[in-house]
Amino acid sequence: MSDLRELYQEVIIDHNRNPRNFHKMQDANKYAEGYNPLCGDQLNLFLKIAEDVIQEVSFEGSGCAISTASASLMTEALKGKTIQQAEALFNTVHGLLTKDEATDWDRLGKLVVLAGVKEFPARVKCATLAWHTLHSALTNQVIAASTE
Amino acid sequence: MDISTYRADFPILQQAIKDKPLIYLDNAATTQKPQVVIDALVHYYTHANANVHRGVHALSERATHAYENARTTVKNFINAAHTEEIVFVRGTTEAINLVAQSYGRSHLQAGDEILLTELEHHANIVPWQLVCEQTGAKLRVIPINEAGEINLDDVIALINKRTKLLAVGHISNAIGTINPVEDMIKIAHANQVPVLVDGAQAAPHMPIDVQALDCDFYTLSGHKVFGPTGIGALYAKAQWLEKLPPYQGGGDMISSVSFEKSSYNRPPFKFEAGTPNIAGAIGFATALDYLTKVGVANTQAYEQELLAYATQALSEIPGLRIIGTAEHKASIISFVLDKIHPHDIGTILDSKGIAIRAGHHCAMPLMQHFKVSATARASLAFYNTRQEIDCLIRALYEVKEVFG
Ligand SMILES: Cc1ncc(COP(=O)(O)O)c(C=O)c1O
Repeated sequence: MSDLRELYQEVIIDHNRNPRNFHKMQDANKYAEGYNPLCGDQLNLFLKIAEDVIQEVSFEGSGCAISTASASLMTEALKGKTIQQAEALFNTVHGLLTKDEATDWDRLGKLVVLAGVKEFPARVKCATLAWHTLHSALTNQVIAASTE
Repeated sequence: MDISTYRADFPILQQAIKDKPLIYLDNAATTQKPQVVIDALVHYYTHANANVHRGVHALSERATHAYENARTTVKNFINAAHTEEIVFVRGTTEAINLVAQSYGRSHLQAGDEILLTELEHHANIVPWQLVCEQTGAKLRVIPINEAGEINLDDVIALINKRTKLLAVGHISNAIGTINPVEDMIKIAHANQVPVLVDGAQAAPHMPIDVQALDCDFYTLSGHKVFGPTGIGALYAKAQWLEKLPPYQGGGDMISSVSFEKSSYNRPPFKFEAGTPNIAGAIGFATALDYLTKVGVANTQAYEQELLAYATQALSEIPGLRIIGTAEHKASIISFVLDKIHPHDIGTILDSKGIAIRAGHHCAMPLMQHFKVSATARASLAFYNTRQEIDCLIRALYEVKEVFG
């Protein structure tokens, strides 16, 4: 149960219940779709970028608590970041969730709650979906991002 | 039926998961194996391993004998008329692909129609789509009602002169509906349409009699009936196996080969190219013998009681909705709970040692019908108990608590 509490921390539950920046964006200039074929989780990510800086970010879609909370937390973390900083954050989070490295979660701020997912290998892809989608939006890949 | 004696036959059920006794409710995905099946595999590799149908030595004779005996066991289990009507394959998926290719490529033309139902597993959809692409044939889909049932009037309405095959699951893996296949086959045959029945989920839950059904093709997966993975069977009426072209080419399926022309072996060998899964076939037959000894009529009656008990208990949980409420159901229950995603339910149950499935159950069109992207599914076997259902119910209340 203690592991479970690590996974479903208050912050995750809260962001799942009330996802932040959860809406379509009409004037977005970057957009990507994410899809996890394993569980059917699906997410659309909208970004408004001006002079290399993320001004606005929002998402919509349907998914489990982990993927919804991860996306919601991500949108909060991205606002005001440069594209380079956002890419770096993608790399850090992705690395932390998928690689066996002892890491310094603390510098991730609120995103630290995602650390609990690591103990649940079957759920890592839920947490990375939004981040893959971000990566594909920033690198302008035309195809939908997939966790596969 | 005293379940505790049978539970003891399944060594895997004796273990703890996350310090809790394992409660395995994912039997529609795959079933657990009794000790006799595990022993049969060990025994085969310890005493009889050799290739089949080709050696003159003692071991090869032993292996061939055991492999062909396994075929007879499968034949008896589904009451086929002839042993030659049983083709060993990897499982239902391969069985359907075999029929789709062998029958489809030789019998389908542009404009022809294959009739399926909205309930089908992807394994009974995609092979037909592939052969449709190759031949220009089209899929037609029999709808289901809100309970997840087929209406025979729709079958009658959709069958027409262009219909070249009806492919239907005997039992839906996603929501448990037992389809009226006997009536569907009558309707199809009255229109000269052959019928394939996907029996992957039926074999563990009900007696099967392919002669009484009069189906043209019937498919089985060993791992869904307490046997090993990687083995299954295609039943096909003898006249089909005579008529249809081979599926794969290779050793064992030929009687002579030259570079100009090869001639094919007789059925069922014509459809078994290459060295087969010999140990798997033996394990599969051992599982069928085991189930026969327990008695399919007994397990069926017990499972129906368990299903009624679980359905009642689940329905009493506020916010829980059962997806699939057909009048005739096997012990497979799909549900959604409040707005909680099935994967979150699955993870929390897992932390309590309870294994269920969460997802689309390889039936995405069916999920679309019910307007859900996924469900949680508890699928029960005869070794499950009321106590286990009670644990599931308690755990689901805890899931509700976590998500408040
Ligand atoms: C109804 C149904 N059809 C087909 C299949 C495919 O069977 P297998 O994976 O054993 O080939 C399954 C199993 O997942 C099933 O439940």
